Amino acid sequence: MSGTGSLYQELILDLSRHPRAKGLHDGADASSHQVNPTCGDEVTVQLHLDGDVVRAVRWDGEGCAISQASASILAELAPGLTLDDLGSRIALFRTAMRSKGRIEPDEELLGDAVALGGVSKYTARVKCAMLPWVAAEDALAHRAA
Amino acid sequence: MTLTAPAAPALSTDEVLALRRDFPLLQREGLVYLDSTATSQRPRQVLDAEVAYVEHEHAAVHRGAHTLAAEATERFEEARGTVAAFIGADDDEVVWTSGATAALNLVAGAIGNASAGRGGAEADRFRLREGDEVVVTELEHHADLVPWQELALRTGATLRWIPVDDDGALRMDEAARIVGPRTRVLAFSHVSNVLGAVNPVADLVALAREHGALTVLDACQSVPHLPFDVRTLGVDLVAFSGHKMLGPTGIGALWGRREVLNALPPFLTGGSMITTVTMERSEYLPAPQRFEAGTQPTSQAIGLAEAVRYLQGVGMERVAAHEAAIGDRLAEGLDAIDGVRLLGPRPGAPRVGLASFVVDGVHAHDVGQVLDEAGVAVRVGHHCAQPLHRRLGVTASTRASGYVYTTEDEVDRFLEATVQAVRFFGVRS
Ligand SMILES: Cc1ncc(COP(=O)(O)O)c(C=O)c1O
Repeated sequence: MSGTGSLYQELILDLSRHPRAKGLHDGADASSHQVNPTCGDEVTVQLHLDGDVVRAVRWDGEGCAISQASASILAELAPGLTLDDLGSRIALFRTAMRSKGRIEPDEELLGDAVALGGVSKYTARVKCAMLPWVAAEDALAHRAA
Repeated sequence: MTLTAPAAPALSTDEVLALRRDFPLLQREGLVYLDSTATSQRPRQVLDAEVAYVEHEHAAVHRGAHTLAAEATERFEEARGTVAAFIGADDDEVVWTSGATAALNLVAGAIGNASAGRGGAEADRFRLREGDEVVVTELEHHADLVPWQELALRTGATLRWIPVDDDGALRMDEAARIVGPRTRVLAFSHVSNVLGAVNPVADLVALAREHGALTVLDACQSVPHLPFDVRTLGVDLVAFSGHKMLGPTGIGALWGRREVLNALPPFLTGGSMITTVTMERSEYLPAPQRFEAGTQPTSQAIGLAEAVRYLQGVGMERVAAHEAAIGDRLAEGLDAIDGVRLLGPRPGAPRVGLASFVVDGVHAHDVGQVLDEAGVAVRVGHHCAQPLHRRLGVTASTRASGYVYTTEDEVDRFLEATVQAVRFFGVRS
């Protein structure tokens, strides 16, 4: 199970059992609901802002270990970032995920998302890892001005 | 059609191993293919039949007068006859479609056209108006649900559904309340692609008949797996797909009673389905050509006929007996694993050769990943049946599905890998 082991790093298994920042809070400045049509997994991501800076990300949803862990990692990474920074981190994460294993997520910019690096070799699972990040991106795009 | 007392012996291990040699893909090292409900693998004979046709006889069918075109048309119509005989039908009652989805959309679309006033007096019986009801079941594949939703929205008819119980069995007490004088169409599947259970066709047909409703059977998971005879089932229309029964993709069929087909207005229109065309209007051919607009998938039809001959060579009674054995082994094995919830019929109850399950606290995608690592190909997700999954209280499940070529050994390898998956995600720790 070496391949599966590289996909499911200890952190991922741990976060899927003990998620962070899960559960929506009233008063979000932006939010987005995303569905993975192949498996029906769903996630809602909320952005709580202080002006131009992310104060908190809250999320809720149902899905596989990868998508659940990915949501927790995003929620821990985002606070303190400006909206522009968050957007560029999402783009960086996407590049790593689409790289088919060639690009490791940059730890300095993406924090615990390095633990998701193994996902990019499993094209069928990239959508799982991306789902919460796509939701955050969509929330950014549709943020009430 | 009973699975509990098979009319023929199941296939022996040696027989299955001999069959497997016909399937090039199954020679792939380390692969345990348990996704035949999604699509089956094809024997060499089917591939060869397609190639032979393309190499020696291919031309446009039902168009043109040269010798080659005549030969191709003959092969194409022979293929229709082979498939028709396989389901107990007459040749002119079998309409080629690209698959079951296309067949079901054809029926819903034709009823929609009738409802818009097309088809003259004969089509009156199909016309839907506000207050009419179309009834489906809660366990349908999206292909037998979404077209009916669209039809209802277009015509003002109401869509209703027969619910299932906690085991996914149709609530026949509810069916008797729901199917009534307003019911114009009752569409349901013969065998659930998620649960493997065989639905009570005779009871549903009796209910529909009592109220004069048209019956549409999604036979995607029965024609490939059970002896199938349209006359004894008593339904009006039947849809199935070739790629789920050892045949090619891009080919399937709609069967309909002759008088039903010939009264339905066309759905797709264009070449090869008309008699006379003027700039203002057109006259249409009778069935089946009326529903076969455009150039048809000829080599695929010939491949499907060869798949049918292959299945007839094994014998559908024996296919069914083999599947019942595989289904039992899957269900019993899964039910014995701590932390696994088997969906659908309990072990020992009739089912075809498939079983879906959930692992407590572990998502189907994650289960499937561990199985894939062990070389076991299964389906994870909602299997195009979101409402059924929602009703059973899960978003996704894992489905293992076999066919004539599935060995007991493969089932056991799958079960071992499932135990590993349960352990890996720590359910038993
Ligand atoms: C029960 C059932 N109905 C309909 C379909 C749709 O068949 P197809 O995708 O071949 O059109 C399938 C298979 O996907 C099925 O299992």
